[in-house]
Amino acid sequence: MATTSTPLSASIVEPTIFELSSPGRLGVTMPASDVPETALPPKNLLRSELPLPELAEVDVVRHYMRLSKFNYSVDDGFYPLGSCTMKYNPKINEDTCRLPGFLYTHPLQPIKTVQGNLVLMFDLQEWLKEISGFAGMTLQPAAGAHGEFTGVLMMAAYHKSRGDSKRTKMLIPDAAHGTNPASAGMLGMSVVTIPSDARGNVDLKALATACDDTVVGMMLTNPNTLGMFDENIEEVIKMVKDCGGLMYGDGANLNALLGIVRPGDLGFDVMHFNLHKTFAVPHGGGGPGSGPVGVSDRLLDFLPSPLVGIVEGGDDDIPPLYGFVTPKQSIGRMKAFHGHFGGGLVRTYTYISMHGPDGLKAISQFAVLNANYLQARLRSTYKIPYDRICMHEFVAEGSFEGSDVRALDIAKRLMDYNFHPPTNYFPLIVHEALMIEPTETENKDTLDRFADALIKIAEEAKSQPELLHDAPHITPFGRMDEVKAARELVLCCWLPENYETMK
Amino acid sequence: MNIPSHLKYTKSDEWFDPSTGAVGISDFAQSQLSDIVFVELLVEEGEEVSAGKAIASVESVKASAEIYSPVAGKVSAVNKGLSDKPETLNSDPFGEGWMIKIEGGSAGDMMDSAVYEKDCEGRAH
Repeated sequence: MATTSTPLSASIVEPTIFELSSPGRLGVTMPASDVPETALPPKNLLRSELPLPELAEVDVVRHYMRLSKFNYSVDDGFYPLGSCTMKYNPKINEDTCRLPGFLYTHPLQPIKTVQGNLVLMFDLQEWLKEISGFAGMTLQPAAGAHGEFTGVLMMAAYHKSRGDSKRTKMLIPDAAHGTNPASAGMLGMSVVTIPSDARGNVDLKALATACDDTVVGMMLTNPNTLGMFDENIEEVIKMVKDCGGLMYGDGANLNALLGIVRPGDLGFDVMHFNLHKTFAVPHGGGGPGSGPVGVSDRLLDFLPSPLVGIVEGGDDDIPPLYGFVTPKQSIGRMKAFHGHFGGGLVRTYTYISMHGPDGLKAISQFAVLNANYLQARLRSTYKIPYDRICMHEFVAEGSFEGSDVRALDIAKRLMDYNFHPPTNYFPLIVHEALMIEPTETENKDTLDRFADALIKIAEEAKSQPELLHDAPHITPFGRMDEVKAARELVLCCWLPENYETMK
Repeated sequence: MNIPSHLKYTKSDEWFDPSTGAVGISDFAQSQLSDIVFVELLVEEGEEVSAGKAIASVESVKASAEIYSPVAGKVSAVNKGLSDKPETLNSDPFGEGWMIKIEGGSAGDMMDSAVYEKDCEGRAH
């Protein structure tokens, strides 16, 4: 293990592409124009200059190739980023989503020319309904939070359609993802925070106090961000429904439930999927998210439009014609077109086809087994504040009695062992939280190496705490100055005039 | 941990100075939040506030938090320079890091320093 504490400075590692620029260098040579010249638009519509870097193609390729080597991805190694389900993304998905029939279609093509795409979307709607136990499904939302917003819009539309206008409160547990209160806030709802009890479940007493006829509903992640399946889930849902509220499920943690529990069967009215988590669509800079939303019978008529449906039944000789249908009281379009078709939907279709029902169930079983194995190996070294059988992830405390080492130091030190750090400082209800989600795609050897590293780091925290405070040591850049980055915001597309003096 | 005895405290870690009317966050709060990178005061001078009203929003590298008025009264001053120097809340939470001053506020049943110290100890882990 290298322990040098002087990381290379950024300028030695790689200049910016602007710094590599040299006036007059060209990446491409344009042919002579073969169309007549036209006058430029009026001056006030034109920029006086456009500071683009000037480089040869080879310089551009080498610059980005060097940068790409600084990256760490799930293709490099273990990536236990809790709540993000950073599972390995099978490469067959890359083949299927690039099939020319999918790749070279346009969302405005006549439906008769894109029947294959529509059948894929129709089947995917049906499969996701089957997996989750819901009556209807939209594939439009672009990602999880967009799915949440779609779901909350439908909840509001439902109450409005019944003339029930005094419902303005959304109940949200203190373990929730921050997107939940944000989605409710987008619609002007007030958020009532429901605490978790000592076992990591929704506190039923607090819930009972909050439930009244002003409740829109509750947004619940189950298993929650502590990795705990709510032991009173049926009681929680009953309490919300008894006061006239709707039950929203945050599907971020669905990787624990495939083929085991269906949220629709539990009584949830609406839930978004994160195809980029549960169904192996690359994410985190690697591709667009996708956040389909499933609904129960009560919300069926409010789904976004259009949905994919059968518009003309077929017979023995002619297959049915697939097209678009609009639910009766639809909240309208959530996206210009039909969702992230190639990036999200084709990959998910491939992933579900490849695994089948038994395979999907095995995914969740191994995800839960892997998390429990890691939890068991780390239990005697790290405090686990909510210590019971976990689901697909668990949360440990990254601090030790009598030591000033913090979760952030442990996370950074893990990079020296060539692991991506776990999520830290979330959920907020755990002191110095380290949120660990191994996913099903890791083998026992990897889990053991990771547990060994964390146990070794706990020893280092006692014997050589400075090793942790200064970590990481073997990465191209050392410890980032997060405080400076957050306090001195530089958010513009080219360098400010005083850049040199800011460094 | 620094807990001045002339101040009164809330369970949500605000302090109130009954003699000057100043309000801020405690040393315990700033240490839990760690490096504070953003402060926005949500009330203006002359405004009437009720106890429990959000008076400021604070963000650190770890978390964001709402700061609530510990007492009811009229805002007589706001610490305008604070948003340019959020780190003041870390370095001097009971002095230069004051947020607003409230006229006519009564500390009522707020905790004294001894009770607050116990409360913090109970929450430290």
